[in-house]
Amino acid sequence: MEITAIYYLIPALVMFCCGVYGFITRKNMIAMLISLELMLNAVDINFVVFNRFLFPEQMEGMFFTLFAIAIAAAETALAIAIIINIFRAAKNIDVRSLNEMKF
Amino acid sequence: MYFIVALAMIVFSVMAVTTRKILRAATYLLFTLFAAAVVYFMLDYEFLGAVQIAVYAGGIVVLFVFAILLTSRPGDNTERLTSKSRILGGIAAVATLVIAGYALLSRCISFATKPAMEAPDMQTVGSTLMGTGAGQYLLPFEAVSVLLLACIIGGVVVARKR
Repeated sequence: MEITAIYYLIPALVMFCCGVYGFITRKNMIAMLISLELMLNAVDINFVVFNRFLFPEQMEGMFFTLFAIAIAAAETALAIAIIINIFRAAKNIDVRSLNEMKF
Repeated sequence: MYFIVALAMIVFSVMAVTTRKILRAATYLLFTLFAAAVVYFMLDYEFLGAVQIAVYAGGIVVLFVFAILLTSRPGDNTERLTSKSRILGGIAAVATLVIAGYALLSRCISFATKPAMEAPDMQTVGSTLMGTGAGQYLLPFEAVSVLLLACIIGGVVVARKR
């Protein structure tokens, strides 16, 4: 059986949809961040697959994924710093109950 | 091999968003990232797979586990979801799945099988990352280094004790 591009794109799509579901339903901030990582990773896989199957002599998709990984690492580190700071101030990280500054 | 990886990717990403123990969600995220790294290896991008394992599995998941252990007691369950948010999330996810899946199946089904490519060796990767010509990436590389510096300083400033 031949493995074409669609065989890689469909699992990545399912992964992205899991990320969307988790981002909407989760209440814990860290769990939301985990869902965000799932979405980012699915998009990375898409870049690499399209690069490999359509333009195998170029490396744009690969380098885009490389920079996306670096930026995801930076973003996660900063988000976790903010979450720990919020936990220190409010003693929980449930997004539904963090409404003190809302109005 | 392919089916194991695809199945692992789907199953673990579903479990990562449905499990009620947050530490388990981080573990399932780790397995999903490993599956993605295996996909990169299968597509002949060895350097990218190594970066995926080193940065994501080695860095980000460890950071997640630290943050989880700092902010919650082990054994805590997240409270049960209200059916409203679950329905809303399910609708959004299924709508994305249907629309994007339809687009993929109608457009990308005709892609040819994997064309021949020699895996980019380290010299090519390095000179592409460090060159200033067309299709080379010195400027984004430097921009990312400045971003990481800003991220280090920001992380220290935000998370320190006052």
